[in-house]
Amino acid sequence: MNSSAQTKITPHIVLRAEGVWKSFDDGAISVLKGVDFAASEGQTVALCGPSGCGKSTLLHLFGGLDAPDRGRVSVNGVEVNRHCDLLRLLRYEIGFVFQLHNLIPDLTLEENCLIPTVAAGLDRHVAQARLLQLAERTGLTHRLTHRIQNLSGGERQRTALCRALMNRPKILLADEPTGSLDEQTSGAVFDLLLEVVAKERVTLVMATHDRALAARCDHLLEMRDGRIYESVIA
Amino acid sequence: MIFIKLIVTNLLCHRVRSLISVSGIALSVAAMLTVVTILQGAIGMFSGILSSDSEIIVFERNVSDLFFSNVSATSFQEISNWPMVAHADPVLFGIVSSADHPIITCFGVTANDARIRTANWIAGDRFSFAQHSDDVVLGERAAEFLTTKLGDHVPIGHGIFHVIGILKTANGFEDGGVFMPLSAAQNFFHKDGTSSVITIKLRNKEDASLFKSMVKERFSNLIALEDAEFNRSYSQFKILKATAWAVGGCGLLLGGFGIANTMIMSVFTRIREIAILRVNGFSRLQIAVMILGESAVVSLAGAVLGLVTGSCLLYALKLVPALHGYVDVTLQPAVLLIVMVLALITGIAGALYPAAYAVRVKAVEALRFE
Repeated sequence: MNSSAQTKITPHIVLRAEGVWKSFDDGAISVLKGVDFAASEGQTVALCGPSGCGKSTLLHLFGGLDAPDRGRVSVNGVEVNRHCDLLRLLRYEIGFVFQLHNLIPDLTLEENCLIPTVAAGLDRHVAQARLLQLAERTGLTHRLTHRIQNLSGGERQRTALCRALMNRPKILLADEPTGSLDEQTSGAVFDLLLEVVAKERVTLVMATHDRALAARCDHLLEMRDGRIYESVIA
Repeated sequence: MIFIKLIVTNLLCHRVRSLISVSGIALSVAAMLTVVTILQGAIGMFSGILSSDSEIIVFERNVSDLFFSNVSATSFQEISNWPMVAHADPVLFGIVSSADHPIITCFGVTANDARIRTANWIAGDRFSFAQHSDDVVLGERAAEFLTTKLGDHVPIGHGIFHVIGILKTANGFEDGGVFMPLSAAQNFFHKDGTSSVITIKLRNKEDASLFKSMVKERFSNLIALEDAEFNRSYSQFKILKATAWAVGGCGLLLGGFGIANTMIMSVFTRIREIAILRVNGFSRLQIAVMILGESAVVSLAGAVLGLVTGSCLLYALKLVPALHGYVDVTLQPAVLLIVMVLALITGIAGALYPAAYAVRVKAVEALRFE
């Protein structure tokens, strides 16, 4: 028996898109045109391409925030966009990080991070312990009680990362996570992002314009005109 | 805790808007409390006149107002001789007027009537009552506004009457009223041989049912009701109560529209926040509870403020000398509870549309909303 065949492990696909089409304005604007995609457990995948090529729309479909016109998106084999599954998906399977951090300004860092645990009805002590763990990993421990207005851009994005990972999701969808940061902060936040997803064994799918950052992911997918054209293993 | 903070923070962040909403509900609640309490008090005082040292009232069946009721002297004689009756008092109600006062309640009563027997006579002697047909006893307030004292002659209606006593009573209608001997009142109001009602005191309260059935059997034109029954069924009281609640309800409805407007504004300004919560796993129910909770907080704060304001207003009315005795401002726990519950229901009802709008927010579109 071939020993290499014995040790080969088929990667577990956690996120899959099959023939996904999406248009807006009653079909006037066609954004995705038959996209096929697969990401396995623990992978980091970058979606690169010009503005309007459909990167964000694809992430929204992955996260169940929007529904495809045609095709199928599934997470761990379960089709997204069935209502009961969608709530479970958003609570336990998927975390989002956006370009604009999308934190609630009137709450503190700690309270913002605890929102997903409140939604999921997680025990307060368990949630608090998880928060401390993530805050330590992202270097935010000293800022927990600070309001969002008092945080820097980098700290806000790190807070968004903490919040996204609070309920231990399997997939992290990041839409231009460093797009609103300067070059230095952007690099630091991205380093942290890769470090944390590796430690948490999370699959990262990231939309970005920054090819230098994208090149540090396991896969770099090139999107143009609503299609994925190239898959480059970094 | 965070959930509660999400509710309260928004209110605190928009203090002026929240304060306007709270004030709207507070004014509505204060208006409702004031109107209802004053009318309840008036009803209580009127029924207090009837239930003075008695527990049953007999009057003419199917009359819309006791002023139109006629109970014959023969009926009175027969009823007063029934063995279970401790005492029966015929009372004739009438409205009289004097120069500057178009409406003064007049009570035609006998010398044995409880109102005369148990009253606090501040001038005159109760044993002198009903000695002459032109004798009247005035309530203290009536004596005050008629600028009359003991021994004076006072023009009332088309007659001149001799004031032989002044009573002090806590009941506004009695304190501002005129007491005449029954026969003089019958003569004055052209109701010879009749009274408006008979108030009955029984030897044994347990005989009330027997007494009522005997009246029903013996006098087809009369009806006997216990005091509580009378308060519930008397059409004038029903109209007054309905009017009070309707006026108060209209005020509260306006407050509800205010809440609806505020909550719609609140949802519009929080649309991005709602989207963030949805993306982070908040269910539609959780979003709805958050919006309704915010409205409930506004309503309850408004209700409490309204109850305090209304109570102060009632207390101030009580201090007005002209209204002394006419306004019973005793706050009834049932009224307070009903007003609170109505305010809460109004607030929640006002937030139903905003909540329905909020749960339909599409996160992906709202997150693009700047």
